[in-house]
Amino acid sequence: MKLQHINVKLLLKDEGGIDLDPLIPVFHGWIQEQGWEELLLDVADYRHVYAGPGIILIGHEANYSVDNSGNRPGVRYNRKGALEGSNQDRLKQAAIAALKACRRFESDPRLDSRFRFNGQEIEISINDRLLAPNQPETREAIQPELAALLSKLFAGGGYSLSYQDSPRDLFSVSVKSSGTFSVEELLQNLSS
Amino acid sequence: MKASNALWKEHLAGQVPEALGREIDIFETEISLKQTGKLDDRVFAETRLRRGVYGQRYDNGERHDGKKAQQMAYPRKELLKGPNTVWEAPGMQRIKIPGGGLNAAQLETLADLAEEYSDGIAHVTTRQDIQLHYVHIEDTPSLMRRLAVVDITTREACGNSVRNVTTCPYAGVCQDELFDVTPYSKALARFLLGHPDVQNFGRKFKPSFSGCTQHACALANMHDLGLVAATRRENGVEKRGFAMYVGGGLGAVPYQAKLFDPFVPPEELLPLAQAIARVYARLGEKKNRNRARIKFLIQDLGIEKFRELVLEERKTLEPDPRWTEYIQEALQAEEKPLKPAEKLQGTGSEAFQRWLKTNIRPQRQEGYVVATVTLPIGDATSHQLRALADMARRFSCESVRTTVEQNFVIRWVSEDDLPELYEALESVGLGASGAGTIVDITACPGTDTCKLGISSSRGLAAELRNRLLQKSLQLDEAVQNLHIKISGCFNSCGQHHVSDLGFYGVSRKMSGYAVPHFQVVLGGEWGHNGASYGMPVVAVPSKNILEVVTRLTSHYLAGRQNGESFKDFVTRTGKVQLKALLEDLTRPPEDLADRSFFRDWGDPREYTLGDMGVGECAGEVISTIDFDLAAAERQLFEAQIAFENGKAGQAGKTAYLSMLRAARALVKTEFPRVTDDPDEIVSEFRKRFYDTKRFFDPFAGGKFAQYLFAAHEKADLPHTEDSARYLMDEAHLFIEASHTCASRAGALVAS
Repeated sequence: MKLQHINVKLLLKDEGGIDLDPLIPVFHGWIQEQGWEELLLDVADYRHVYAGPGIILIGHEANYSVDNSGNRPGVRYNRKGALEGSNQDRLKQAAIAALKACRRFESDPRLDSRFRFNGQEIEISINDRLLAPNQPETREAIQPELAALLSKLFAGGGYSLSYQDSPRDLFSVSVKSSGTFSVEELLQNLSS
Repeated sequence: MKASNALWKEHLAGQVPEALGREIDIFETEISLKQTGKLDDRVFAETRLRRGVYGQRYDNGERHDGKKAQQMAYPRKELLKGPNTVWEAPGMQRIKIPGGGLNAAQLETLADLAEEYSDGIAHVTTRQDIQLHYVHIEDTPSLMRRLAVVDITTREACGNSVRNVTTCPYAGVCQDELFDVTPYSKALARFLLGHPDVQNFGRKFKPSFSGCTQHACALANMHDLGLVAATRRENGVEKRGFAMYVGGGLGAVPYQAKLFDPFVPPEELLPLAQAIARVYARLGEKKNRNRARIKFLIQDLGIEKFRELVLEERKTLEPDPRWTEYIQEALQAEEKPLKPAEKLQGTGSEAFQRWLKTNIRPQRQEGYVVATVTLPIGDATSHQLRALADMARRFSCESVRTTVEQNFVIRWVSEDDLPELYEALESVGLGASGAGTIVDITACPGTDTCKLGISSSRGLAAELRNRLLQKSLQLDEAVQNLHIKISGCFNSCGQHHVSDLGFYGVSRKMSGYAVPHFQVVLGGEWGHNGASYGMPVVAVPSKNILEVVTRLTSHYLAGRQNGESFKDFVTRTGKVQLKALLEDLTRPPEDLADRSFFRDWGDPREYTLGDMGVGECAGEVISTIDFDLAAAERQLFEAQIAFENGKAGQAGKTAYLSMLRAARALVKTEFPRVTDDPDEIVSEFRKRFYDTKRFFDPFAGGKFAQYLFAAHEKADLPHTEDSARYLMDEAHLFIEASHTCASRAGALVAS
């Protein structure tokens, strides 16, 4: 099974609701500054949509957003373009991209620490129903790849997995680590 | 671009209807040919448009970031998918939904496609289509195959073809309809799809079906072909038919449709539509796309001559069994409810009661209701679409319909199911009340994604909705029942002409800076199939539109007499007074340090085409031309007043003079000695601004200048009420284009 179009969402600390408004000028600013290694195109504003994609920084290779799907706000990396390499390479690439994006959210002074990783929860999904239909066979095939990634990500620490059951939904798994990590620690774990 | 693209064809083998599969295969081949340079840009552009594959903002590879125009570093930037349209740039996929009808499986497929190929949002349009944005062109064949499996085609969703056949979403269940028009609309949509006689139009062609004359649901009066149910008795038997209207349309200058025939029997419906298509294809304008809609052909020929030509053409058609084979089925067509109807028990919460009041409409079948699902500015998530599919299965007959107000309706709901339906809607954020009220704002995509957008229609709509929702419970019912519709430009996709309060995007220069504005259009009529159009009153900076709504609604409440409608109130009050009411809102703020005024809603970029400065030279030129253009606007305003007073001749003449004045204002910036002689003004204007294309709109080309040339040629002819109204609308657009041209000139001088 070839995994492509991997989405990684890092759940945010949600203390009484997250205001997305400050993101809009920051996203536009990031396009203006051209400081990313990839092509950023535009900003899509879906603040008016319930439990929706929030505000999306549209890119050519990937979209970044603070998304509120499932009423669980998080920083999402949505890989659009296909990537070379092994499944493990691609999982790792998506995780690193999401973490780096989250680091930007956490450190940008204009956002005033409003968007902070909750330290434990990550959702991983495959945005392609043909490559990875949401069925037991996919879960079985992906399990070892996930285990390898998560073992590295959490430095061998424990975690629990919860799969999305409905076959209509994308293949998706929620991961909760038993320990608490900062974004920086997770990035270091992956690069070690 | 999806890694699975190469796999879908094989995966869906045997599931895609043969004809649709063949078309998609052809399109896929054309994509390959284009990539290898074997297809011309223009040919490929029209090819993809006829499959609903549309361009999107910034697809020319350039985006202004608020400080400067940035080149977007797309890979393979030299590869184009149309003139000046970069291959790799994301685009919009329009999906035709005939009559807005969707079954549960189709909703689920749309949900999957929005998630996998777009940004997780399906957008309902003002013509009952679904649009997905940010789609890569190489993903479209897979997307189309997956749609084809559930019997949806994107064929002729865009391009110079027959667009989606819209239909009243209450057809079949409405208490006021004469009969269910759904099977007739489906038959027409099927018959015209890909028909050889509709492949050679100069522009698009939009049909619409309504079951009654009094409601707005299908807006037959603003369509190229509007069909309104009619009946008559023949030999003591009631016979079905349609009042057939032709040549309506919004666009920059709105036209009311003309009655072609008060009663067309069903057996003549398809052949007459075919004959109309043939006449349009043969005689309609092809070169000048600004005059290519059928409304211009009918205006030029006159409805009598057009009718004569169509009836002659009708005689030449070879009989086609499809003309009549659906009719017997249509007479027997009937949707079956899921279960027997039961009465609603209990009262429920206050929120539930509010929802019942605004979102529930009784069907003509006792005990059943239609529930409107309000979507904020037409957007639904994939998760919401799946939930809707579940609700359609649980409470209805597995189907929903989209509406031209960018909502869904669920039909055949038994009254006793309403509390559970409400709860199910609430659980996915779709239980908002206020359907069809002032908070249910319609807006086209505008500057968010549309290449033509001038101002942020969605940004304004979202902001207005938020503000109005906060006080909706306190609003008087007369205000609650008003409609607000917003377009991002003069092209009217937001249908602002048929709204109580309509707005469309324009840009103006203030204090040396470009400022997003909205033209305020008041008193359009939504009811009676969009029976009359509003008139532009004044352009107001975007950030002042909230106050415009507050003032106008307060003024209406304070001044309405004997329960008069907003339209009647506007007519009685008159534009002089209404303009005066808003006059102070047209001015820039005293404190120019507050830059938010120079930005659009939801967009922090400064609204400008270049890094603007106020140089002395530019300042002088600009201030002079601003003064002159304001005089042209005043003159046009006088024309409107004359029109209101029943003086069509004077109105037409004055509108023409206002165009001349605006043209002279532009000419004067380069040729200060220009005289008042109309011939000289037009000649100098043509030489300096038209022939050089400096007056051209990036997308409408020389359309607005041609309004002046045509008016000048006909300057001595008398005016009818229609011709005066059209000319006033054209003058309005010409003056707006003059402002834009002046802004561009100013930007150049200052940069």
